[in-house]
Amino acid sequence: MTTPLTPPPRKDPLKRTVSPTQPPVIRSRAALGLTAMAAEGRFALQTCAECGAVQYPPRDACSACLSTDLPWWDIAPTGQLLAETTVQTSVKQYFRERTPWRVGSVQLDAGPVVICHLHGDVAANARVRLRLLLDRAGQGVILALPQERTDHMADDPELRLMSSDPHLRRVLITDARHPFAPDLAAALQTAGATLIFAGEPENWLPNPNRSALEAAGAEILPLDVTDTKSVERMAGEIGGKTDILINTARFMRPGGVLARGGTGFARDEMEVNYLGLMRLAQAFGPAMCGRTADGVNSAVAWVNILSVHARTNTPGFGCFNASQAAAFSLSQSLRAEFRGAGLRVMNVFTGPLEEDWYQPLPPPKVTGPALARSVVSGLRDGLEDVWCGDVAKDFEERFCKNPKVLEIELGQEMGE
Amino acid sequence: MKRQSYDGVVLAAPVTIPYTRYSTETAHYWIARALRETLRAAGLKPTELDGFSVASFTLFPDTPVGLTQHLGLSPRWLDTIPMGGASGLAALRRAARAVQAGDVDIVACVAGDTNHIDSFRKLLSSFSRFAMDAGYPYGYGGPNANFALLTDRYMQEYGATREDFGRICVAQRANALKNPHAVMKKPLSLQQYMDARPISDPIALFDCVMPVAGSEAYLVMREDEAIKRNLPFAHILGTIERHNAHIEDPIQLRGGWTVDIDELWEMAGCGPDDIDLLQTYDDYPVISAMQIEDMGFCAKGEAAAFIRSHDLTVEGDFPHNTSGGQLSAGQAGAAGGFIGLVEAIRQVTHTGGPTQVPDARRAAISGFGMINYDRGLCSAAAIIEGAQS
Ligand SMILES: [Zn+2]
Repeated sequence: MTTPLTPPPRKDPLKRTVSPTQPPVIRSRAALGLTAMAAEGRFALQTCAECGAVQYPPRDACSACLSTDLPWWDIAPTGQLLAETTVQTSVKQYFRERTPWRVGSVQLDAGPVVICHLHGDVAANARVRLRLLLDRAGQGVILALPQERTDHMADDPELRLMSSDPHLRRVLITDARHPFAPDLAAALQTAGATLIFAGEPENWLPNPNRSALEAAGAEILPLDVTDTKSVERMAGEIGGKTDILINTARFMRPGGVLARGGTGFARDEMEVNYLGLMRLAQAFGPAMCGRTADGVNSAVAWVNILSVHARTNTPGFGCFNASQAAAFSLSQSLRAEFRGAGLRVMNVFTGPLEEDWYQPLPPPKVTGPALARSVVSGLRDGLEDVWCGDVAKDFEERFCKNPKVLEIELGQEMGE
Repeated sequence: MKRQSYDGVVLAAPVTIPYTRYSTETAHYWIARALRETLRAAGLKPTELDGFSVASFTLFPDTPVGLTQHLGLSPRWLDTIPMGGASGLAALRRAARAVQAGDVDIVACVAGDTNHIDSFRKLLSSFSRFAMDAGYPYGYGGPNANFALLTDRYMQEYGATREDFGRICVAQRANALKNPHAVMKKPLSLQQYMDARPISDPIALFDCVMPVAGSEAYLVMREDEAIKRNLPFAHILGTIERHNAHIEDPIQLRGGWTVDIDELWEMAGCGPDDIDLLQTYDDYPVISAMQIEDMGFCAKGEAAAFIRSHDLTVEGDFPHNTSGGQLSAGQAGAAGGFIGLVEAIRQVTHTGGPTQVPDARRAAISGFGMINYDRGLCSAAAIIEGAQS
């Protein structure tokens, strides 16, 4: 049975913070497919397009028929534990600091045998459920879990290291004025976050979210992402205890290029949505990267809430979407820059939200509780890319099929 | 088709350069020393050697081609054997056929590796693509973790216990105490084995080899050459080799020997009962147990009972890994694939010195190599017999 985590004692400021180390990061190109699948929470392996043989470890030719056509297909995440060991000593510093480390050999029902991380609650010779997760090197790895849920199973030390679970962590929501900030705070409180900070721009003006945020236990602090000094002041105050940062700061107005009379709103959009993200990352990033091995409440994730149209634009919100594309592009750079420290960047792509600015668009739209659920489950699953709502999921499917066709279709829909 | 015999080809001049725990020298240095000794035994100058076969993990950035210039050799036949624990036997098979065909007169088969303070970790991190992608990220236990999984399954399947594996290690330590060059110098009791520090359960400290620096060599030549040079020599009665056997087995409980074992004994014209000593590849005791079974000394799953009812020391009724094996003499990289064969040549030519098994005539040697992902892929074996003088 998993020992439940307990809140860590107050940090001794005289004690050195453990420097982050990484599990092995180098992979072959084929094996990066595991990472791509894990980033979206899929359990997929290479499957021979000609003979159907499922392959593992990832490779360049089918070991049953030598075909080189090996697409990644979702397969049944179930199998049988054949053998196990507990590694007590390792020459790799990351594992040396974390032994004992349980490892198993599992035969998948789909065929191949995988050496995988083994959850502490899996019994000898048990049937297991498998997940493909990102480890602290940001690489896809396989973890075997008990078939049935067990008590406190998320607190298992191996699973905890592969997730960004908000339980017993401290979270900053950067914009308390975002219409869904109260729903996010409530969901995080329910998920066991120990502290929730909410940054409030122009905090001399009334904020209709205030009472709901306070009801969810959030502490409201002044933060304006367009003001470098304000961001730095806030980072100086709480940067050392921010384990998860959720960037909800957003400026949006409707309209494509021709619908706008000038560049004024576009400038505001870039100032908040793009440069704001950059200011936050420059102020909070280094401190968070330095605290990724800091025990139960280590820094673990950076979350961006982005419009799905960051990936392919539409004229309805064309200029706003361009700022989202800039923020998305920046997030890819950040992800690579944070990877060495094991700080995960999670992008939550949403369709239109159920709020005033998107009022003219038809349903389905994303509600506050739905966004909050996506954020919390994405953190628990340790994902990098989350597609929130039916519109975003539909978008992703079409994007994967043919991004150019999607661009044309979206342009036509909006043109009507 | 019936395989051709190795009549007329012999093994001679076995050399072991005493191992050291760490070395600041290079693989080139260790290979040069073993080569020099084996050539000296045969009265050969380096430039007279026409065949050279090399096994090494730490020659980078050089290959055996670069070694020819480095060492002043001008061979007409050159081979490199990247098969780890099966390299000694694979080198023998290739060299013997080349000598038999007349492509070459004398082949020096040499294996050597250095061991810098950090080289085991570096070697681990560059071993194979599958290990890099699907092995190391899982606890980075290296071969210890792989063999722990196999050992766990073997124990479940056949009821073997840690004590059974301990008996193999304890007997080898007793043999090593007779070998002045063994790295391990202290006696080992079964209790000490059982109480050892856990490494990767159920593997503990004395189940693991100690990486060392060292080298091994022997010569392959026609029988008339050996007689002309007044060298004691051994005949090759039979050999087998197999890679990636039993693809369908979900976890390795048997090796490639089982595929070819009947052919080995038929070619050798004898059976397990006719063998005076066995040298197995002992990177972990479970693998030696597997070889005792797969070579036909007992049935599958009965190695534990076999070990309990036999004495595996030099004086015993089943001499096994007589120089102490890798578990007690040390693992000198690719030379670990030569240690058993080189010791067997000494034994059957009665040049074993302090570890000599009295009246040893026939030896069986098995090799096992290269954990690519979840199992060892290379297996090989040979039966050799000392010449009657
Ligand atoms: Zn195929």
